[in-house]
Amino acid sequence: MTEKATPLWEVFIRPRNGLAHRHVGSLHAVDAEMALQNARDVYTRRGETFSIWVVPSAAIIASDPGEKDVMFEPTASKIYRHPTFYEVPEEVGHM
Amino acid sequence: MYAQALNAKDLTPVRAEDPEKLAAFQARIDAEEKIEPNDWMPEQYRRTLIRQISQHAHSEIIGMQPEGNWVTRAPTLKRKAQLLAKIQDEGGHGLYLYAAAETLGVSREELYGQLLSGKAKYSSIFNYPTLNYADMGAIGWLVDGAAIMNQIALCRCSYGPYARAMILICKEESFHQRQGYEIMVAMCRGSKEQRQMAQDALDRFWWPAMMMFGPHDSDSPHSELSMKWKIKRFSNDGLRQKFFDATVPQAQYLGLTIPDPKLKHNKKTGHWDHSEIDWDEFVRVINGDGPCNRQRMKHRRQVEAEGAWVREALHAHAAKKAARKAA
Repeated sequence: MTEKATPLWEVFIRPRNGLAHRHVGSLHAVDAEMALQNARDVYTRRGETFSIWVVPSAAIIASDPGEKDVMFEPTASKIYRHPTFYEVPEEVGHM
Repeated sequence: MYAQALNAKDLTPVRAEDPEKLAAFQARIDAEEKIEPNDWMPEQYRRTLIRQISQHAHSEIIGMQPEGNWVTRAPTLKRKAQLLAKIQDEGGHGLYLYAAAETLGVSREELYGQLLSGKAKYSSIFNYPTLNYADMGAIGWLVDGAAIMNQIALCRCSYGPYARAMILICKEESFHQRQGYEIMVAMCRGSKEQRQMAQDALDRFWWPAMMMFGPHDSDSPHSELSMKWKIKRFSNDGLRQKFFDATVPQAQYLGLTIPDPKLKHNKKTGHWDHSEIDWDEFVRVINGDGPCNRQRMKHRRQVEAEGAWVREALHAHAAKKAARKAA
């Protein structure tokens, strides 16, 4: 096909329950307005949504999966960041 | 299922992979890790997925046609709205799937071109005509039922974007089968003529629906690798048997006769035994000689050509707006 490629957008929706916007998928659109309309038609047909974000896929800066070890390794040894690291006497009960 | 035609020979030579990378990849699969778009993957994993996901997407898009045939003639406004909602879902599901395929480095335009040129296949089921309104019931009940059984299994596919698309699709599609069965119930409780229409629809769609699961495992040369890489989790025959067992009692409840004289409950295995599928018919339909193959493709190409000016105008409008903003 010789047709011009239509830019790709990533779609994020915030559900009614007030949680943060969550990535739901992507779509093609020539501009932001069309991206929003298409996102509404494709990803929110069941009344589950409060708000939509669309972002040009090309604008997303992502960490390199090849470097994930270097990137995330420092947290592995810091088990004291988790609540279960700390002991609370049984008599005290739930904390 | 929607990737029945994967059995067609892939003539591209298989590239030798780095054994170390391949082993690390297999270890990730075995550990149930999801493979994501930028991760290393064997070329054949990528190719199999592109073929499978795009065949699945094409099936959703072509699958809108047999149902579209009855939108204007649905018996009530309620039935019309339901049918429209279902067809809309299918368009959306096609989009989710194309998007998942695109993460593997192929453009939607390219995939679409493969469908229009006839190079890519879609599910054989959509090459059967919808002759009476009861077919809307039979399709929802049997075709969507078979599709859901397959798609639930695919929710655990090793490729992240495909698995996530499947989860979304399964969530939306659960109404499709119920919608179809409700039509069957209404018709079977109706007049004698309506019951005959329901029986006629079952007679025509029963075997084509069973063919949706693809050839026997023994005739499915790509299955083994797909299972090893967890693209596929269950065998064709296993899923088909599961579908038989679930569907026979539903037909009995409707008081309809399944068009298979050999259908019998096997007390020993607990499963339903059935006749052999007409595999000649299956091969014929997959390879382009079903009752509606030409019609489906002709329609798709016509719609694509007629919409070209809209896409062109959209690009022109976006360019004009961008230029105005820049000025």
